[in-house]
Amino acid sequence: MTNSIPTAAPVPESLATDSGATVELVGVVKNFGTHRALNAINLSIRPGEFVALLGPSGCGKTTALRALSGLESINEGRILIDGEDVASVPTNKRDIGMVFQSYSLFPHMTAIENVEFGLRMRGVSAGERRGRAAEALEMVGLDKHSSRYAHQMSGGQQQRVALARALVTRPRVLLLDEPLSALDAKVRVQLRDQIRRIQTDLGITTVFVTHDQEEALAVADRVAVMREGVIEQIGTPEELYATPTTAFVADFVGLSNRLPGEVLGGSIQVYGSTLALLGSGLADGPATALVRPEDVTIESTGIPATVVASSFLGSLRRTQVRLDDDTLVNVQHGVESRPQAGDIVHLKLRGAPVSAQR
Amino acid sequence: MSNATRLGTEPGKVTRWVILGVVGAFFLVPIIALIEFSFRDGLGGGYTTGHWTGLFDPANARVYRDLFQSIGNSFILAAVTVAIVLLVLLPTMILVHIQFPRLKRVLEFICIVPITVPAIVLVVGLAPVYAVVVRVLGGSIWTLAFAYGITVLPYAYRAIQSNLDAVAVVTLSEAGRSLGAGWMTVLWRILLPNLRRGVLAAAFISVAVVLGEFTIASLLNRRNLQTALLQVGQSDPWVAAIFSLLALAFAFCLLLLIGRLGRDRRNRSSL
Repeated sequence: MTNSIPTAAPVPESLATDSGATVELVGVVKNFGTHRALNAINLSIRPGEFVALLGPSGCGKTTALRALSGLESINEGRILIDGEDVASVPTNKRDIGMVFQSYSLFPHMTAIENVEFGLRMRGVSAGERRGRAAEALEMVGLDKHSSRYAHQMSGGQQQRVALARALVTRPRVLLLDEPLSALDAKVRVQLRDQIRRIQTDLGITTVFVTHDQEEALAVADRVAVMREGVIEQIGTPEELYATPTTAFVADFVGLSNRLPGEVLGGSIQVYGSTLALLGSGLADGPATALVRPEDVTIESTGIPATVVASSFLGSLRRTQVRLDDDTLVNVQHGVESRPQAGDIVHLKLRGAPVSAQR
Repeated sequence: MSNATRLGTEPGKVTRWVILGVVGAFFLVPIIALIEFSFRDGLGGGYTTGHWTGLFDPANARVYRDLFQSIGNSFILAAVTVAIVLLVLLPTMILVHIQFPRLKRVLEFICIVPITVPAIVLVVGLAPVYAVVVRVLGGSIWTLAFAYGITVLPYAYRAIQSNLDAVAVVTLSEAGRSLGAGWMTVLWRILLPNLRRGVLAAAFISVAVVLGEFTIASLLNRRNLQTALLQVGQSDPWVAAIFSLLALAFAFCLLLLIGRLGRDRRNRSSL
């Protein structure tokens, strides 16, 4: 069994959708006993948009997706697909396609029978069913595996069959519940890119749940960062990275250095530099600034620091240094400079706006 | 497992064969004796196939009518008991597994309890219940299957539960529903094909238990294979021996089939 993903065929006509659906979650509340998993969340997704729900374990992202699919009932709020409130519509009537985290192919069916299943449920004739299923398998590059059972395929292949199965019925919305998390790193990136390409070609509205920020930032049009049942911030990957509105988002999305500082009149003083504050202003007083590694540079003069370690990351290098007050700082810089552990360097802050927290 | 964690050492090859021989003899000697007895020609010595062929001689049809009727009763009871397992226990277990996983322990306890209750105690409890059953449903033999449905619970539960634990039932049913299938379709087209081995094992073991049951039928004054064998054995011990052998062979075949199903599953999962 190979784990590499072959070049897949273009999206077939039979899978093309007229246009994606709008999806709205309005004040959705979900309680599990006394625990509130979703706390009146609001989310509006445009037709054909690819939105990732990102957050740590237990933040409610999977619950939100399952509420959207109907696999989880909600306690309050409305779930609208193309303006129709589907909160009380059972899963099998919502016209959604879903790919699960764990392998969910029906073990007693071959790949093509799995893909045909949704069409069979919709009463599509046998001939058309077989044709559309074959096209869907071709789209994900598995047309030669159509007669294989789940146990005869690798994890990546199973997830691609699951993707074909979810898309073949031309659903209004595609829901992806951490579909890549069980795969190895290389296949994960390949399948991630394939999902994005197919989604773009089909124009299907897609909601993608992940706890992997790199995955979310790489594929999504917009990312909703969730925490404790609420959406902390939603925006494009660039917005989230460059202008996080909360310290949690700044901390969770990308790498941040936590540097001690002093808030003073809407800005924060950090090691002698004055940095503008992002988000709602903190009251004056001590605070921790969250500074991106690329917003710190190694210069000939500045804040003295000792190199702890330096890692080569391909197109860039990340060096960890220790300041005199024992604060650890990550610095991102070009590969031409190769600091060694124990070297004395000097740091400067670029002056980019930062988030801060107490 | 490392040797350090083992208790004692493995028995040697000779010891293993001796143990196998003693245990094998424990089971085989009575069976061989039964076979030998079924061919004996009276008490005077010599052997005959007459007892076997006589069973199927039309001239003896009246003599063995009650016995054959009792065998029929046992098969009816086996069929109704299996139906109870498939129509009541199986859906309940699937429902609990998918929708109410917190009730798993409670269901397990309920299903295992009958194995701890002696048949005589069960009958004492069931006697007044059957007084009502007879009034409502009549005294037909099949009503005994309600009691048998309880006695086979532990065996059927274990067989189905082990299969449920081995299959991602929740994910498969959610996948089915997301593809547009209703609950009945999910059950029929997705879950049952994947639970086939557990369901068949539960059904076969239920049949085996029902065919071997004597106490409840006897104490509730019903006629089944075992009560008939006892009765026939008092006048024609050879026929009783033959039917005991046949029942044993049938149960043995069922258990062999269950073992085969389990092996098939292991082979398939190891691919």
